[in-house]
Amino acid sequence: MQENKVHTLDPDKWIDAYADYLFNYTIARVNDTEKAKDLVQETFFAGLKSMKNFEGKASERTWLVSILKRKIIDHYRKINSNKGKAEVRMNFYQEGDREGDWLEERVPQKWDSSADAMIESEELGEALTACIQKLPEKYRMVFEMKTIQGFETEDICNELDITSSNLWVIIHRARTQLRRCMEDNWFKK
Amino acid sequence: MGKLKITCEEATTICTKAQYGEASFLDKFKLNLHFVYCKTCRTFSRQNSELSDMCALAKKYQEKHKCCLSEADKKAWKEKMKELEK
Repeated sequence: MQENKVHTLDPDKWIDAYADYLFNYTIARVNDTEKAKDLVQETFFAGLKSMKNFEGKASERTWLVSILKRKIIDHYRKINSNKGKAEVRMNFYQEGDREGDWLEERVPQKWDSSADAMIESEELGEALTACIQKLPEKYRMVFEMKTIQGFETEDICNELDITSSNLWVIIHRARTQLRRCMEDNWFKK
Repeated sequence: MGKLKITCEEATTICTKAQYGEASFLDKFKLNLHFVYCKTCRTFSRQNSELSDMCALAKKYQEKHKCCLSEADKKAWKEKMKELEK
């Protein structure tokens, strides 16, 4: 049987006890230092405001994380609706008779084979990071959670409330944009 | 079982899933069948693997340059918390 321990809140100790933990939790999902700080700060303030709703069933940290999770999903929804409208759908494939075939101008370019020699270099990592930063924010968030942070597909879908086919469309488009960006900024040198 | 012949768009999508080890056996079969006659997608696929290698480098780079919370941030939050508690 589970122990029915009643947890209590002690906001004076929150920052020292949980700030780093919550920040690391956030930065793994929102790879933007300033935005992550904002979300953690908002979480502490929201926690303070809703202390009276705390029932003591979960630990203090679990409770704060649940507030933070809602902040992160709100953030995702916000960037999803903002950027969604302005987003230009890049077409890579034909329509009509040859539907789904490559468009002539979108065919993958030849990549300089010297890339092999550079594959260990820090500059290459930096160049790709710069390209990732240029992605529309919702693409960046999903792409980074999947590729850089290595989250499971299912976990990302649950956290951001999206379907897996949705996720793969985003990942695929993000990667396609990254290719273009690297072709323009790295392979053309 | 669905159709075995797929478009380049479908092929590249499967190819991306495969990069994360999440393409099904049937998908991979369709993809390899597509490769038999489509050189462009073969090129795409090879480069897609290279892109994954680059992602690993980007990950390393980001870890090295990771930013963290400063003591100043924490101090500022503590003060704001005190204000709010009043």
